[in-house]
Amino acid sequence: MKSVTKAYQPISWPMKGAGGDTGSWRTHRPVVDTEKCTKCQFCWAFCPEAVIDRKEITIDYRYCKGCGVCAAECPTGAISMEMEE
Amino acid sequence: MATSIKKLPDIEQVLSGNGACGGCPATMGLRMVGKALGPNAIMLLTPSCSVASMGMTPKLGYNWPCINITFASAGSSASGIANAVEIMKEKGRFQGELPTVFTWVGDGGTYDIGFQALSAAAERNDNFIFFCYNNEAYSNTGVQRSGATPRGTFTTTTPTGKRQPKKNMALLMLEHHIPYVATATVAYPGDLYDKVLKAKSIPGMKYIEILAPCYLGWQFDMHDTVQMSRMAVRSGAWLLWEAENGKISFSNPSASIISGKKAAESVDDYVMKQGRFNRLLKGPDAAQRIAEIQGDINREIAFMRERAKIVY
Repeated sequence: MKSVTKAYQPISWPMKGAGGDTGSWRTHRPVVDTEKCTKCQFCWAFCPEAVIDRKEITIDYRYCKGCGVCAAECPTGAISMEMEE
Repeated sequence: MATSIKKLPDIEQVLSGNGACGGCPATMGLRMVGKALGPNAIMLLTPSCSVASMGMTPKLGYNWPCINITFASAGSSASGIANAVEIMKEKGRFQGELPTVFTWVGDGGTYDIGFQALSAAAERNDNFIFFCYNNEAYSNTGVQRSGATPRGTFTTTTPTGKRQPKKNMALLMLEHHIPYVATATVAYPGDLYDKVLKAKSIPGMKYIEILAPCYLGWQFDMHDTVQMSRMAVRSGAWLLWEAENGKISFSNPSASIISGKKAAESVDDYVMKQGRFNRLLKGPDAAQRIAEIQGDINREIAFMRERAKIVY
């Protein structure tokens, strides 16, 4: 499908942030320890929100809902969930 | 051997910031489906959590043309669209590769309300993929019992635990003599990806059922979603198999449980971790209730083991 930057009513267009800035739902934030990370990409595969970058293992905090699946599935324990301030 | 995680394609069809709950297994599964199907597809949704998680107008959380249809009509609507697309191609009104038509329906729209239309579409062998993401209750409306709810489960309509076992929907679809039936779950993304890719290449009606442990309905912590899905498979409560033209083959780790190479884990851990079971297991008849749940699982394993031996 063609990528769109502006929506034209009455049809909905595929765009990021259809549910708003879902990062505000978060109570705990996943933090990646780059030293422990082996780049196995498990977190990327299991992230329901597709916010994890596959190559760099960085997280898009604008949309991350803080479910903690990445931290629970990380085989080396490189992702920890820290309380949101 | 299932595709390894590193070999999965980069394409994302589920966009960030959709309206699903954090840790939603439905979007998790749909992401993998999207990787296998690619952008050239038409998606049909009946009322379910996935419709709610599409987000608000004018934005859409899924990168496909999406059609929202009535609850009972998933099979018939998909049949209509699949046939229409083929005829448009024949008449030359449509250029390029034919899009894959698929439905993304919850267990209510498959097991109960949508069964008649699905059964009819399967009998006609129309060319589309029917996905059922099974969270074993009507989670979108606040967790009511459905045909997929297993015995002993607490829901708001079964406050003392459901007394009946669930039905084996994938096997029912197999008995419609459709070319491809498969079961999968979110904890094994490579396996799910392979099955969708295979279904895409086969003409005719395909049915794929994905177990989606909903943390809200099943009452566990949301970071355990994948863990719970894995425990369901390891305890034998969910069997991973596929059937091409009626011949059943099991995928790992269900294959080793079926062949007896590895015994299924006891259901206790799986049951006790979920609030939907363990709130009922605090009574005096707890041992009997667990035995009932274990009995249902053992029956299903024994039945599927023998059913797989029938090749025609």
